[in-house]
Amino acid sequence: MKIVVCIKQVPDTKGGVKFNPDGTLDRSAMLAIMNPDDKAGLEAALRLKDQYGAEVTVVTMGLPKAEEVLREAMAMGADRGVLVTDRVLGGADTWATSQTLAGALRNLEYDLIITGRQAIDGDTAQVGPQLSEHLGLPVISYAQKIREINLEEKYIVVERLYDDRYHVLKAKLPCLLTALAELNEPRYMTPGGIFDAYAKDITVWGRNDLKDVLDSNLGLKGSPTQIAKASDKVRKGSGEKVVLDPAGSADYIVSKLSEKHVI
Amino acid sequence: MDFTLSKEHEMARKLFHDFAEKEVKPLAQEVDETEHFPKETVEKMQKLGFMGIPVPKEYGGQGCDPLTYAMCVEELSKVCGTTGVIVSAHTSLCCDPIQTFGTEEQKQKYLVPLAKGEKLGAFGLTEPGAGTDAQGQQTKAVLDGDEWVLNGSKIFITNGKEADVYVIIAVTGVKEDAKGRKKKEISAFIVEKGTPGFTFGTKEKKMGIRGSATYELIFTDCRIPKENLLGQQGKGFHIAMHTLDGGRIGIAAQALGLAEGALERTIDYVKERKQFGRTLGQFQNTQFQLADMATKVKAAQLLVYRAAMAKKTQKSYSVEAAMAKLCAAEVAMEVTTKAVQLHGGYGYTREYDVERMMRDAKITEIYEGTSEVQRMVISASLLK
Repeated sequence: MKIVVCIKQVPDTKGGVKFNPDGTLDRSAMLAIMNPDDKAGLEAALRLKDQYGAEVTVVTMGLPKAEEVLREAMAMGADRGVLVTDRVLGGADTWATSQTLAGALRNLEYDLIITGRQAIDGDTAQVGPQLSEHLGLPVISYAQKIREINLEEKYIVVERLYDDRYHVLKAKLPCLLTALAELNEPRYMTPGGIFDAYAKDITVWGRNDLKDVLDSNLGLKGSPTQIAKASDKVRKGSGEKVVLDPAGSADYIVSKLSEKHVI
Repeated sequence: MDFTLSKEHEMARKLFHDFAEKEVKPLAQEVDETEHFPKETVEKMQKLGFMGIPVPKEYGGQGCDPLTYAMCVEELSKVCGTTGVIVSAHTSLCCDPIQTFGTEEQKQKYLVPLAKGEKLGAFGLTEPGAGTDAQGQQTKAVLDGDEWVLNGSKIFITNGKEADVYVIIAVTGVKEDAKGRKKKEISAFIVEKGTPGFTFGTKEKKMGIRGSATYELIFTDCRIPKENLLGQQGKGFHIAMHTLDGGRIGIAAQALGLAEGALERTIDYVKERKQFGRTLGQFQNTQFQLADMATKVKAAQLLVYRAAMAKKTQKSYSVEAAMAKLCAAEVAMEVTTKAVQLHGGYGYTREYDVERMMRDAKITEIYEGTSEVQRMVISASLLK
């Protein structure tokens, strides 16, 4: 089985988000990490590798520095890393990004593609589904559990998270999944795995290595959307948890609403 | 000369740091309070290869260098001195002598499961009458047919009772040196837990590293196979000293981690704590104290990393290891004491980590060679 996992290096937003005066993210002031949903997708692939045997290739698009997440993925157990980097690909929105990734993935063989649901720096959740569209593959988004994979009959059964329930979907392979961080607890790297990962070569592809992609769909010029301004989101308070009997709870809620002049 | 870490080492540090923060830190206070040996953490570390970091891959290890191993002990000790010494004693005092002096059969039988983390290791040298004077060994091993028969006891043994494999130093006879003086012939052995005649005495109640299991080992007509002699007969003292050279790098890394952990917590604390309307960090006294602490910690780190690299590249690294341990242990004691002082009354309570770190730091000036022994090793190299 061949699995391709698309991962992204993102700023760690845990310690807060920092902005440049022009409103863009100050990436240099924030630590770079592997996007959590992508890491869960990688872990899902590695578990399939453990169980059935598979070759896991990780692909990322970004600056040369993004090589770090490929090394990390390889130190966790991925077999091969592909870095797609080129100045002409910079400034890409989700459309241009998914076009770029599709151009890269057309060079690879796969039975399954896994992406994260969304990246914590953009939060769009668009790249995975767009990628499946470009490659003409079925997509199961918001995968919270892989129930079954059958390589002989070439299908996969996945639980898809949906508001207050989940759907059980069966798709033909090859297909694309978008993974939720809740899918699993990603494994740690191993010390030896880290040194092995750095001893391997990373495949680096530029614009000319992308297959069947038009220039008009790439980079800033190929991006229909552009960011006018970015700002930190206002966080909700942690709330208050009160344990009372039903009648007491109702009284408490009414008193609170009244206190805040809602009623 | 380049003082920057390689990318591999940086990533390894990130791994150890993340693991320590997520898996070790939440248990540290309870481990200390209840004197609980953190088996659950050890099992996780075993699965991740932390118990065989410098052991070659062909023997089940991770095939990394001593610096990577030292950084592991350092990061673990930043949050829990107990967890740091468990890895250090296992790796430096049990895996290393078997890797260095063991036969191929011994390596396959003992080193492979130790490095894979399937078994835990320990080392027994110290006796009631033989601490710094390691020549004063009383434990005896007598060859009887195809078996060695051990009698005697070892004290203050880290990982005692929890460990499966023990490297034990014992007297195997008397020999004359070149000047005709009679000296004890000392040899090293591998002893498995569960061997008849091998039992455990009381568990020590300690000031610090309270989760680490420290036991007396008792040998009463304990018979082990002849082939469990480690290295050549009569070379036990050399094996023990070589083992301690490596062990000192591990303990130096533990001390370094404790100092770094106490410094980090103190920096956080003085930014928050207010007196006379200002944070403690706004007082120049605090600033100067922190500057001194940070400078000493960095100096200790450079010595520890140098010693670790010397183990990789040099045949002898006794002096480097002794300097690293002497400096790091004394820095750990000083920095943790200052950390408690800067925390004031709160620092004296068990609610704050620096109290535990100060208690943990003290042992680093004592075990695997006291600071006085380190000075002896260093000065002997100067005056030879």
